[in-house]
Amino acid sequence: MTAVLKVENLVKTFGGIKAVNGVSFEVAPGELKALIGPNGAGKSTCFNMLMGQLPASSGQVFLNGENITGRPPRDIWRRGVGRTFQITGTYQSMTVAENVQMALMSHHRRLFSVFSYAYKLYREEALSLLEIVGMADQADRACAVLAYGDLKRLELAIALANAPTLLLMDEPTAGMAPKERIRLMQLTADIVQERGVSVLFTEHDMDVVFAHAHHIMVLNRGELIADGTAAEVRNNAHVQEVYLGGGTLFGQENTGA
Amino acid sequence: MGLFVAQLLTGLANAAALFLVASGLSLIFGVTRIVNFAHGSLYMLGAYFGVTLMNTLPGVFGFWTSILLSGLIVGVIGIAIEVCVLRPVYRAPELFQLVATFGVILVIQDLTLMVWGAEDRLGPRAPGLKSVVRILGEPVPQYDLALIAITPFILLALWWLIARTRVGVLVRAATQDREMVGALGVNQSWLFTGVFFLGSALAGLGGALQLPKGGADLLMDLNIISAVFVVVVIGGMGSIPGAFVASVLISVLNVFGVSYIPQSTLVLMYVVMAVVLLIRPYGLFGREEKAGEHGQVGEPDRPIRPAGTKGRLFVAALIAALALVPLVGENFTQVLITDIVIFCLFAASLQFMLSTGGLVSFGHAAYFGGGAYAAALLVTYADTPMELAFLFAPLAAGLLALIFGWFCIRLSGVYFAMLTLAFSQLVWSLVFQWYDVTGGDDGLVNIWPAEWLSGTTAYYYFTLIVGVGGIILLRQLAHAPFGYTLRATRDSARQAEATGINVKLVQWSAFAMAGAMAGLAGGLFVFSKGSIFPNELEIGKSFDALIVVFLGGVKTLSGGVVGAAFMESAKDWLTRLEYWRLILGLLIIGVVIIAPDGIVGTLRRVGERIGLLRTQEFMR
Repeated sequence: MTAVLKVENLVKTFGGIKAVNGVSFEVAPGELKALIGPNGAGKSTCFNMLMGQLPASSGQVFLNGENITGRPPRDIWRRGVGRTFQITGTYQSMTVAENVQMALMSHHRRLFSVFSYAYKLYREEALSLLEIVGMADQADRACAVLAYGDLKRLELAIALANAPTLLLMDEPTAGMAPKERIRLMQLTADIVQERGVSVLFTEHDMDVVFAHAHHIMVLNRGELIADGTAAEVRNNAHVQEVYLGGGTLFGQENTGA
Repeated sequence: MGLFVAQLLTGLANAAALFLVASGLSLIFGVTRIVNFAHGSLYMLGAYFGVTLMNTLPGVFGFWTSILLSGLIVGVIGIAIEVCVLRPVYRAPELFQLVATFGVILVIQDLTLMVWGAEDRLGPRAPGLKSVVRILGEPVPQYDLALIAITPFILLALWWLIARTRVGVLVRAATQDREMVGALGVNQSWLFTGVFFLGSALAGLGGALQLPKGGADLLMDLNIISAVFVVVVIGGMGSIPGAFVASVLISVLNVFGVSYIPQSTLVLMYVVMAVVLLIRPYGLFGREEKAGEHGQVGEPDRPIRPAGTKGRLFVAALIAALALVPLVGENFTQVLITDIVIFCLFAASLQFMLSTGGLVSFGHAAYFGGGAYAAALLVTYADTPMELAFLFAPLAAGLLALIFGWFCIRLSGVYFAMLTLAFSQLVWSLVFQWYDVTGGDDGLVNIWPAEWLSGTTAYYYFTLIVGVGGIILLRQLAHAPFGYTLRATRDSARQAEATGINVKLVQWSAFAMAGAMAGLAGGLFVFSKGSIFPNELEIGKSFDALIVVFLGGVKTLSGGVVGAAFMESAKDWLTRLEYWRLILGLLIIGVVIIAPDGIVGTLRRVGERIGLLRTQEFMR
């Protein structure tokens, strides 16, 4: 079975600093995969390159076998990649349902329509997507009056609007209460199971990661140091050093300690 | 060679006042992020105070003391403006601040008129520097040389203040990150007030210093402000050395332009600005401005819905009433309503891009006037039938907007606004100076409608149908997927781009659409008046539209139309008063501070509070 996402030797340099240094990995269909690592490890840089927000210095990204390196975000979205942001990006002047309808209008290529009422278009579809994330009861509230956790769930519904094969979620539970975190990740896991969507997510909360991810990748100083199941990663000496040893990795190596 | 050197020196001398005003504006923008449109008014005040003081204090000592005192007084006036008008709107979007400072312009204009009268004042010559020096055989005024010698010292003093003192450290820090400076325990209010004092004082100094070369008159505020904006934008907003380099560049360019290509001096300035912005979008010495820094004022924009049955009936009744006016009203009433409808369409077209699209254009008059001139030129030179020429107005304006828009949408925020302003000034100066084709100041006349529309009543109905039709079309657009897409790019460009929306393409289309509709209004205008003059392309015309959109309510759909109708009717009796600018200016400032939701927004809020209107279900 071909990988949904295949990343080959991805590099990003800022000046002389290699923020991401030769990262390669794959995401299989129906897989829920986590990308973890200490602050500044290069997770967000990696994500931004996958989604086209940041041009890669070198390396390639394949989506279902097709090279998508260097394409703009909107193009990558059209090929079936949904994304949620670390800091939510929703349309504050629209209702919850309209936020999802907006993505549906884009999916059905009705953005430049002039003679219909937007609030009526694809409403049923939007409601059923909101049903999935448990937001249907708030469909007609203004986005501006929502709680933060609800915004995150709304963003998930938006990301599902074009029936993606891959979801990229950048710290999906950041800023949420512990209970909400578990509910959101359970929701994500359900979506993966029911719809066969692959999910790649970054996360700081290790409880969330180890409870739900099928596979875990660990990034440190721009390099991938582990890629395996929860148990494998947990027992990886290198990973333990990074997380427990305070990240003074290079110093120790150089002195040969 | 001698002439060349003499011209160069004149250019350098002219740069002195320009640099003083521009550096003040740049300083204020750098720290407070406020684009102070009233800066030209402070310059004018400096000149008037200078004249009065110089006539009182005798001799060399008196002359230079007067200049310093003028600067000081204007600085104190600047403090008053900062404390009373700007403090309440620091956190507001640019548009609110712009409108507030525009109110200040109006107030200062009338106050100056009250105190000093309508007569132009001649500047006294500088004692001890009244004669000329011969350089390579050409006469150069001594005062020019003095100015050339003084300017670098002022630059140096400012540089020292910014680079070497504690105040300068704070100013630089605030220019980079205001919030951090505040978090580190610096009293921001005092810093802002201090910077405003300094910036205003520099403008006042500039006004007084140029007296021996110019004088003082009531038009100098708006005359200098566009040049100052060009300088600040070319140099990079917030950069003092940039202001200096750009002042010299523009002044020298002007002097040489006058002697070698006198037909295009004004055009030249704006062409230089446009070119600089295209190559370096943030000016020669400017830094990139992050968009979306400004918060929202009051409650966020609400979701929109098409009008319900009651609303539609109300509008239908209103239109029916307007249709009945010719049966009962006089000619004068019909002409007035024709003007109102045209202005409403113009304002609605601006509101479409400004409110729905978040694209704040400072130069929307270019498309109104552009459309009007396109039709007028066709009639004048090609004898085109009115019907065809009229259709050409929105087409030409739309095309103009397509071209200018392509450049403008690459920028955002203040820089977007400045580039739209530059392009509109470009069109204005082209029309103003290309006398052979456009008639310059004399305008184009005898542009009358076709036979079947020639009566006042016939044209009244024509305007009503086209104008109301245009407004309804714009409203439909806002409710259509295209309007929603545009709103999406405004609310979150990041999310829009990540869900398949080509943000720049959508903004560009909206820009062109707004331009075309403004052109339609321009077409209606030119045939209703039978003539067109360059003042329909002026900054003032663009501001009129901005102000009515703002008065009506930026965060509403009907704000532009309501504001325009209100303003155009109010103007009719307001302009009969002697000091109507003062009243209007105070009204504008009052609205900015007390009721930033505008007429429609405030009525809605009050209506909900007293229970006349139901709160919309999605706000609960």
